[in-house]
Amino acid sequence: MSTNYKTPAAAARGLGSAKAGTNHHIRQRVSAIALVFLVPWFLYAVIAASRAGFDGATDFLSQPWNAILMILTLGAAFFHMRLGMQVIVEDYIAKAGMKQGLLILNTFVCVGLFAATALSVLKIWISAGV
Amino acid sequence: MAGSQWTDPRPMSPHLQIWKWHWTMAASIFHRVTGVGNYLGALLISIWIISIAAGPETYGFVEGIMLSPVGQILLFFWLTSLLFHFVNGIRHMIWDGPKAGFQPKVASAWSVFNFAFAIIAAATIWSLATNLF
Repeated sequence: MSTNYKTPAAAARGLGSAKAGTNHHIRQRVSAIALVFLVPWFLYAVIAASRAGFDGATDFLSQPWNAILMILTLGAAFFHMRLGMQVIVEDYIAKAGMKQGLLILNTFVCVGLFAATALSVLKIWISAGV
Repeated sequence: MAGSQWTDPRPMSPHLQIWKWHWTMAASIFHRVTGVGNYLGALLISIWIISIAAGPETYGFVEGIMLSPVGQILLFFWLTSLLFHFVNGIRHMIWDGPKAGFQPKVASAWSVFNFAFAIIAAATIWSLATNLF
């Protein structure tokens, strides 16, 4: 303890809550409320879209309501997934560097997959010309 | 704790294997486990959606994987995982909103219901999907 010139107040300051928890909680719950309605539709959608091969899947996503609901589901789901995985990484990965790396990877995976899947749905919908 | 860098001398809380398992604890742990399962399943479903846009050849390849025994088992586990997270997530909202269901007996029974619902609903949806279509 010979060279520690920090005052007790300086050592404790800044180590508390980041005050971001309420915002995280509300986002998690609001996306969950959206998913309560979207997930049952999504299960029906996957079954209906996959029953008749490539043409069936394309026809399904060519319908405007199906395309819109699919993009809404993807948005709510990837947003909810990102928040949930963020908490898991923060809880279990204590090592600095690894934690930040996984948090960034989580964001990249969720945003990247949302862009790729939403644009895939848009492409199918728009090319159908319905 | 060999090789651990843990230097905090304070006692640690007992870990999972110390506690007697009970339904509410299982439901809580499985909410998180199924969350990770849904995340992994979403990666596979994303590949399926992207393959529709990629064209018939790519779609045929991905469809072949999904219809293979391994693909079907993964899809069934994903469906069960999704349904558990779904029904247990609704309980989280009822805890937060009306603040109901905290009494020990109610909470235990509700946890059992959520597990039963996930398995029965998954089996029902699976059989409807394979028999009706």
